Amino acid sequence: MEQIIANGLYLGAQYALIALGLTLIFSLMNVLNFAHGQMYVFGGFVTYTVVVQLGLPFIVGLFASAVVLAIMGAAIEKFLFAPVVRRSKRDESTMLLAAGVAFFLDAVILLFFGEKQRGVPKIVNGVLNLDMRIIMPYDRILIGVLAILLIVAFIAFMNYSRTGRAMRALAQDKMAAQLMGVNVSRYSMIGFALGAMLAGLVGGLLVTITGVNLGMGGPTSVKAFLMIMIGGAGVISGAIAGGFILGMMESVGLTVLSAYGDITYLVIFASLMVFLAVRPQGLMGKPWG
Amino acid sequence: MNTKKLLGFAAFLIAVFVLVPLFISATGRWDFFYTLTSVALLSVGAAGVWLTFYIGRINIGQGAYALVGGYVSTILVTQVGMSFWLTLPLAGLFCAFVSALIGFPILRLRGVYFAMVTLVLTEVARLTALALPITNGAKGITSIPLPGELSIFGLTIIPAFGSLSNPRFGFYIMAVLLMVITYLVLWRIVNSRLGHLCRSLQQNEELSASIGVNTAYLRLLAYAISSFFGGIAGAMFASIAQSIYPSSFVVADSVNFMLYCFLGGLGYVFGPMLGTFLLYFGWDLLSIAKEYQLLIYSGVMILLMLVLPNGVLSLLDKKEGSK
Repeated sequence: MEQIIANGLYLGAQYALIALGLTLIFSLMNVLNFAHGQMYVFGGFVTYTVVVQLGLPFIVGLFASAVVLAIMGAAIEKFLFAPVVRRSKRDESTMLLAAGVAFFLDAVILLFFGEKQRGVPKIVNGVLNLDMRIIMPYDRILIGVLAILLIVAFIAFMNYSRTGRAMRALAQDKMAAQLMGVNVSRYSMIGFALGAMLAGLVGGLLVTITGVNLGMGGPTSVKAFLMIMIGGAGVISGAIAGGFILGMMESVGLTVLSAYGDITYLVIFASLMVFLAVRPQGLMGKPWG
Repeated sequence: MNTKKLLGFAAFLIAVFVLVPLFISATGRWDFFYTLTSVALLSVGAAGVWLTFYIGRINIGQGAYALVGGYVSTILVTQVGMSFWLTLPLAGLFCAFVSALIGFPILRLRGVYFAMVTLVLTEVARLTALALPITNGAKGITSIPLPGELSIFGLTIIPAFGSLSNPRFGFYIMAVLLMVITYLVLWRIVNSRLGHLCRSLQQNEELSASIGVNTAYLRLLAYAISSFFGGIAGAMFASIAQSIYPSSFVVADSVNFMLYCFLGGLGYVFGPMLGTFLLYFGWDLLSIAKEYQLLIYSGVMILLMLVLPNGVLSLLDKKEGSK
């Protein structure tokens, strides 16, 4: 039982970090970023390149993927999303653009990094063994703790910095924020860059444990969508709750339901449908956010 | 105006039934038949997605219904021994029924929430197909017999595909016929009382409910029709490929259905048809670019979106505006 909870917490910390980036972009621009999974994979590959091919320490790789993804996110927002949002008749047109970006990133990853599964050697060796009740490799604990630290840092940034306050104001009411002198286009760009950076950081963290490959982008996006549906789209606390809930459900499901075959996700989806029928806006979302 | 429309329709029919086959037999590119058959079938599915757009919902779950339709038809053909032509409407009706059940709770959702749930639906369909015993799991169902002949009162309407000298051509004609019928139905729906009501949902659901439109019933109806189209498209697909797997329709296919609608233009009935043709045929032609195929394809898609954010058919609007 303790083992299941430990696994769930570890998974949840990473999931929450992915969902945070997605929900940030959604709350600021009303854009459903289909390319989020691809950004995550891209971040993983950047870390892999820096650590394995250039032989630099892991922390440099993590930093590199954060910077690369932040620049990429800012560029995508400035040159692609901002013009389309300005000119299209319906908000949903950005979904085509987001899907196009997802395909484009897939193509770039294929050309730059190939289609093989890539991983980084373990950064810490050894396994934590508490009475045979909780068995967890040290590197997983380290990654989990790093992920939680990043989440705390992100919340602190959003709550106490000037930029974070501006972005929260934008998410609450775009018009009012604009009237108070918030530069909408600038903070939209920063928000998109920040969201992409979070995706890159998770990719960099996870490449040490599970590795990355080209095909992971789409399924990761689907999982991220699930999390922000559970928690409520565009709400930061919701994204964190959704991430931990999904992580926990996955961990419990894999243990309890393993006797019936591979149906964990089927059960999760089915319960999500029932949940959304009762509470369409998710746990903490505002109605029709 | 009406004669103009009729003429355009006749020109379209001549183009797809006479000119395209002539062109293909002249150039000898027989593989184009297969590509165009896929285009026709995918545009049937896209027509359904477009109808859900028409009531103001973003539907990224058409792949789920295509998969369900494909499996229903396949299982009826291989295990019950039913004629394929009977299973085709049955597959569509089954999908419509399932979508009514699922749609009842989820159609209350709006905007991005609905979009995300439908996206998840595709994944649910794939996992269900993997888990159920009747679908034969990941191995799928292969060597499905080709459709037999369809005859009414001893009069052969459609000959058995196995006896045709060129089944590809047969499939092409069949798929295009299905596409033409689908779009005629869609056009009829849009230009009827039902269509006007759907448009009122797209603009403001509360307002239309307040003047007495039964919004819950309407969106359920539109969603069921949409899934019907998805089901028959999937059934035809399974029968042409003579096989179906849980991975026959995945999330990427569902997203593609939506993209076809966007690219063609959401405000135009024939938008999804054009969008499917451009994207699918373009993808096929780009296969000469080998590893750069996806790069060029997605690059062009992004560019198109930047230049024409309201779809390719919005070009027509501009012309009319300048006159």
